[in-house]
Amino acid sequence: MEKRNVYLDYSATTPLKDEVLEAMMPYLKEKYGNPSSIYSKGIENKEAIKTSRLQISKLINSEKDEIYFTGSGSESDNWAIFGTASSLRCKHIITSNIEHHAVLNSLEHLESQGYEVTYLKVNEQGLINPDDLEKAIKDDTILVTIMMANNEIGTIQPIKKLARIAHDKGVLFHCDAVQALGNIPIDVNKLGVDMMSFSAHKLYGPKGIGALFIKDGVEIDNLIYGGAQENGKRAGTENVPSIVGFGKASALALSGLTEHIAHCLELRNYFADRLFEDVFDTHVNGTMLDRLPGNLNISFDFIEGEAILMMLDYMGISVSTGSACSSSSGSPSHVLSAIGVPESRTYGTIRFSIGDFTTKEDIDYVIDAIKDITKKLKELSPFK
Amino acid sequence: MNMYNDTVMDHFMNPRNVGEMEDPDGIGIYGSPTCGDLMQIHLKIEDEVITDAKFKAYGCGSAIASSSMATTIIIGLSVEDALKLTNGEIVDKLEGLPEAKIHCSVLADMAIKKAIFDYAETNNKHYKALEGFDPYEMVQEEHVCICGKDEEK
Repeated sequence: MEKRNVYLDYSATTPLKDEVLEAMMPYLKEKYGNPSSIYSKGIENKEAIKTSRLQISKLINSEKDEIYFTGSGSESDNWAIFGTASSLRCKHIITSNIEHHAVLNSLEHLESQGYEVTYLKVNEQGLINPDDLEKAIKDDTILVTIMMANNEIGTIQPIKKLARIAHDKGVLFHCDAVQALGNIPIDVNKLGVDMMSFSAHKLYGPKGIGALFIKDGVEIDNLIYGGAQENGKRAGTENVPSIVGFGKASALALSGLTEHIAHCLELRNYFADRLFEDVFDTHVNGTMLDRLPGNLNISFDFIEGEAILMMLDYMGISVSTGSACSSSSGSPSHVLSAIGVPESRTYGTIRFSIGDFTTKEDIDYVIDAIKDITKKLKELSPFK
Repeated sequence: MNMYNDTVMDHFMNPRNVGEMEDPDGIGIYGSPTCGDLMQIHLKIEDEVITDAKFKAYGCGSAIASSSMATTIIIGLSVEDALKLTNGEIVDKLEGLPEAKIHCSVLADMAIKKAIFDYAETNNKHYKALEGFDPYEMVQEEHVCICGKDEEK
């Protein structure tokens, strides 16, 4: 088998598209002005930011002035949470137990400051029961923060329903849509969310640039104070090249969304079919229905995930695990635990995520590699 | 670029002495699947010399590489010398492991000690290095996952 480089970790990050880099280049080179400057070199940068804001707003159907640039998806999550917490006096927040650490660790910090946090449980498919949210809301609840699509198992939550429940009780709703943007349609008006977090590098844009959608009329405190950038809500000289890249990536995502979804779904399902046909002792984590089109999270019995990952890497294939030995956190994935995957099985879990540049030949190569690797590791395994 | 150096990768991709024996003189099993690792060692011992060692391992790359390296070190050693093997030596022979992975090499070291303990018990042998070694006490510790944790002491 001829060695091939196959990247199947699009949920971790995506390659920058050529068109995006092209759009960014002038702002890395000759168009280096500070957007706050009032001469032409500054104004052309301010205009570029405006264009990007418009491009992103079209992808999520918001007003352009409801988009605020940040340094990352994590910053957007932190801002939504800390900004809401400090602007409102009550102290109860509701989230789920499968959120990204940008949300969970922010809330953990608030708990240490005296806030109370309710963690909604998910079912074995990774879905929140809207009734549970309704029951959890109290008089002093200030915020519900729930992700749109999970980064490990790809589960897509019923955000519209959840946001309506929060609003019926007068509670703000924030949604971490970092994994969702560019992978499924998002309409902030239809969903009815108050805040939504995004990151450019998940949709073929550059790293180090995120955005927070804040619905017109929703007031939260700043996270970063200083100059008057981002309408006075997020200080710091704008990362113009990356902002331009984010805008271009959003425009491409919007025009190619249907195609992107069809492509990922087709290859993902082909991958799953071949895997279950050719490789024994495998299990899908999460549901195949409400799931990101490119995501497949698989547990392998009797073999350990990091060993699989390293062998795949040796064969040129990039994937990820959420298990103890590979991540630096040292504990099994909180998401897999939350959906009831037995602990011994969480160690043998691999996330495959497919994207625009994945081909059928890539999938065939990866399946063949998995067949070899699982055979090899099973021979090594002391389990009978 | 790889997380592991070439020696570790070689022992991981081409592990030495993989397998089991029909009639081993000592069997050692260490680790726990709920911690993500389990290591099994079979030893052949003749005239107080380890003439063969076979292993099977469920675990990360460094657990497998450490086990492989450990078997190559102990084959040909006297039982007394094999008992002197430390995980530090295994790591040195592997030319280093990432810091968070050092603990994975303990698996091999402990499984070997348990296999020799097993041999000593069935053959009524006494080794100074095994004094105070209680594999049953270790059962408790097995549930404390050490692999991948970064609290290096």
